[in-house]
Amino acid sequence: MSAPEAPLKRTPLNRVHRAMGAKMVPFGGWDMPVQYSGILEEHRAVRTAAGLFDVSHMGEFEIAGPEALPALQRLITNDASRLAVGQVQYAALTYPNGTFVDDLTVYRLDASQFVLTVNAANIEKDFAWIREHLRGRATVVNVSDETALLALQGPKAQEILQPLTPVNLSGLKYYWFTPGRVAGLEARISRTGYTGEDGFEMYLPAAQGERLWEALLTRGKGAGLLPCGLGARDTLRLEAKMALYGNDIDDRHTVLEADLGWIVKWEKGEFLGREVLARQRAEGVARKLTGFEMVGRGIARSHYTIVKDGRPIGGVTSGGPAPSLGKAIGLGYVETPFSGVGTEFDILIRGEPVRARVVPTPFYRRPKK
Amino acid sequence: MTNPEGLKYTREHEWIKVEGEKGRVGITHYAQDQLGDIVFVELPKRGRQLRQMEAFGVVESVKAVSDLYCPVGGEVVEVNSALEQNPELVNQDPYGRGWMIVVKVKNAKELDGLMTAQQYTAFLEKGAK
Repeated sequence: MSAPEAPLKRTPLNRVHRAMGAKMVPFGGWDMPVQYSGILEEHRAVRTAAGLFDVSHMGEFEIAGPEALPALQRLITNDASRLAVGQVQYAALTYPNGTFVDDLTVYRLDASQFVLTVNAANIEKDFAWIREHLRGRATVVNVSDETALLALQGPKAQEILQPLTPVNLSGLKYYWFTPGRVAGLEARISRTGYTGEDGFEMYLPAAQGERLWEALLTRGKGAGLLPCGLGARDTLRLEAKMALYGNDIDDRHTVLEADLGWIVKWEKGEFLGREVLARQRAEGVARKLTGFEMVGRGIARSHYTIVKDGRPIGGVTSGGPAPSLGKAIGLGYVETPFSGVGTEFDILIRGEPVRARVVPTPFYRRPKK
Repeated sequence: MTNPEGLKYTREHEWIKVEGEKGRVGITHYAQDQLGDIVFVELPKRGRQLRQMEAFGVVESVKAVSDLYCPVGGEVVEVNSALEQNPELVNQDPYGRGWMIVVKVKNAKELDGLMTAQQYTAFLEKGAK
């Protein structure tokens, strides 16, 4: 008899997704909506109006204590000392060999108080890692289960949200956050997202997630706001060339191979993996995460082999249709000499080589206002 | 949605409509609904010989790749080229403009092994197993 599988975890909004008829799928141990009306329609809504995502499955850790900053600095690649109170940054949590424990965002709530937002599939692993490696007078608390997180994304996000909050959203810059009330509920409002559009992520107590969801959908309906699932979340983030842990980044590739050198701040002091990464920076990387678009007819998908003149030179990590671009795109690690824009190679699709070309990323950039 | 009478159905959710000596093939409403938005269809060339339940192509949704199986053996005599530019036709009209191939039926007895509309409906109600 095989061991019974652990039941899927549910976000505080699970009931609402099911009541709305969302198609549910297992994702990293969670029962999540993959789509409501359809992935393409939801994707387009985010690019032209707005979409609402339940991302409460993600993890949140509070790091505090007199030595919280130095303790955190030792574990991440970016420089948290540069954060003002109210500011956010994207960072990597690294192993000593420079590969990823996870990618995350770091919020500075106070001089010695931070919140980290981590990937849902990595919550236990990240928490254990941080607990084990935190030094000095600093503590880490896992508040994931008490936290709901909703993401409102799209060009109309601000006009939809503003009537629901006394916070002056025009004054909230990209990668800044503030506490504030939304629909009467206390929340942390962050101008961040995983779609490449303007938008807001709202952190609030789990028990209030459903009320905020309903309030936003009601307010946003007239503006074209649609509930969106993980399917559209993936197509949107890929167009914006945002990495997905497990696909594009993992514990087998370093931060520099992943083309994320910009989140490594070499002068901020010691951090786990610094030595290996510094060496790689000096010597160059042998393989690099590269963005490409399909030239021939076909869709590149995760794990497909990349070949040049018949010789394997890498593999696709993420790939699929780009609804906003009318073409198929992808990311993959290729031998560095073949990572330059304009280079052509082939993706093996069901045994046949289909031509692809390296293009600049992000694939999609939102129009400037 | 009722599955159209007069068609025959496979356990892999293809349908076949007999047209004289030929059979027009596509996927069912249930199949396109399960797949979600279809973004790519790969079909064989005319002249290809297929055995019953041989994979003749692929249908891709945003997130997944699915094989297509031919309900009966025969030669591919027509291919729906409209699906190249408009794969969404399979979602919009799976029994009409979303048709995929037409085969010259080699052995009409093979049709007997397929499900009727009622049998396919019952099959779906039992969880399509």
